[in-house]
Amino acid sequence: MSEFMQQLAALRDDNNVAALCEAIPYARLMGVEVSTGDDGELLFQLPFYPRNVGNTALPALHGGLIGGFLENAALLHLIWHRESLEAPKIVDFSLDYLRSGRPQTLFARCEITKQGKRVAHVLIEAWQEDRRKPVAVARAHFLLTQ
Amino acid sequence: MTATPANAQVLETMSALFVSLPHCATLGFQYLGTEGRKPTLKVDWREDLVGNPASGTIHGGVITSLVDTTSAVSVTACLPDFETIATLDLRIDYLKAATPGKAIYCRAECYRLASQIAFTRAVCYHDDPADPIAHGVATFMRESSRASMLKEGA
Repeated sequence: MSEFMQQLAALRDDNNVAALCEAIPYARLMGVEVSTGDDGELLFQLPFYPRNVGNTALPALHGGLIGGFLENAALLHLIWHRESLEAPKIVDFSLDYLRSGRPQTLFARCEITKQGKRVAHVLIEAWQEDRRKPVAVARAHFLLTQ
Repeated sequence: MTATPANAQVLETMSALFVSLPHCATLGFQYLGTEGRKPTLKVDWREDLVGNPASGTIHGGVITSLVDTTSAVSVTACLPDFETIATLDLRIDYLKAATPGKAIYCRAECYRLASQIAFTRAVCYHDDPADPIAHGVATFMRESSRASMLKEGA
C-alpha cells in the first residue's frame, strides 16, 4: 500500500471527507469540495470559478472539466466505500453531456453499481439547480487488483 | 479524405480560441499544429495536474479535457464555415498509466462530419502515437448554439 493510500485511509477512518479532495492536486486546482449528505453519502461540489470556463460566450463550464470532476468523484467515492486500500485504476470512462454547465455550483453523486473481485462499475450524475435536470451522466470501470 | 483543412481560417481561429479558453489555459494546453485534418495538442506535466501524489501520475481529468479539446479542434478542421459546436458524449479508454514528468500529446481526427453530428477519435501519447496512453471517441452537436463562440472582433 502506498503512502498516498495510507493517507487516504487515515482520512477515511477519521471520517475527514473534506481533506480527501485536498489530498489530490488536480482536485484542488479545479476547486472540488466534498461533504457528507443527509443520507451519509458523499456529495461532491464544484463552486463556480472563472478559470473553469470552456465557453466564454455563453458562458459555460468546460466539458473536459465536467468530465474530470465526475471522474475524480467516482474515484474518491470508490476509495471511500472500499475495504481494500489499493488505489483503484480507471479503465474506461464514458460521459454524456445533457445540458451546458452554467456559471454556478456543479454537484455530483456516485453509485457503485457493481463491485466485483477485479472490476468495479460506478455511475455518476452531475446537476446544478435541479437534480432532475442533470448536466451530465457518466459511468466508469475501475480495476481493483494490481 | 482531403488532406487539407476544409477552411484554414476556421481552423486557425478556432484552434487559437479553444486553447485560450480559461480552463485550457489553466491546464496549459498548447496547439502544435494540424497535419492534414489531424490537429495535435500538448500538455506539459505539472505538479498541480497530478491525480495520484504517490506516483506523480497526471489526473485522468486532464486527459479528458485534452481529448475533448483536441477532438473539438479536429471538428473545426472539417467545418466549411464558423459554427458553435458542443460535446455530446465522450468515452476514454485508459490504455496504460502516463509517465510522471513527461508531456502528453493528443492527436485527433474527425472521421465523419454529418449534417448535425460530428464523430471524432483521438489518441494520447508521450513519444509515439502508435504507443498510446489513452484512446478517446466523441460526438459533437453542430450548430449547438446561436451564440457565436467568437468574441466580437475575433
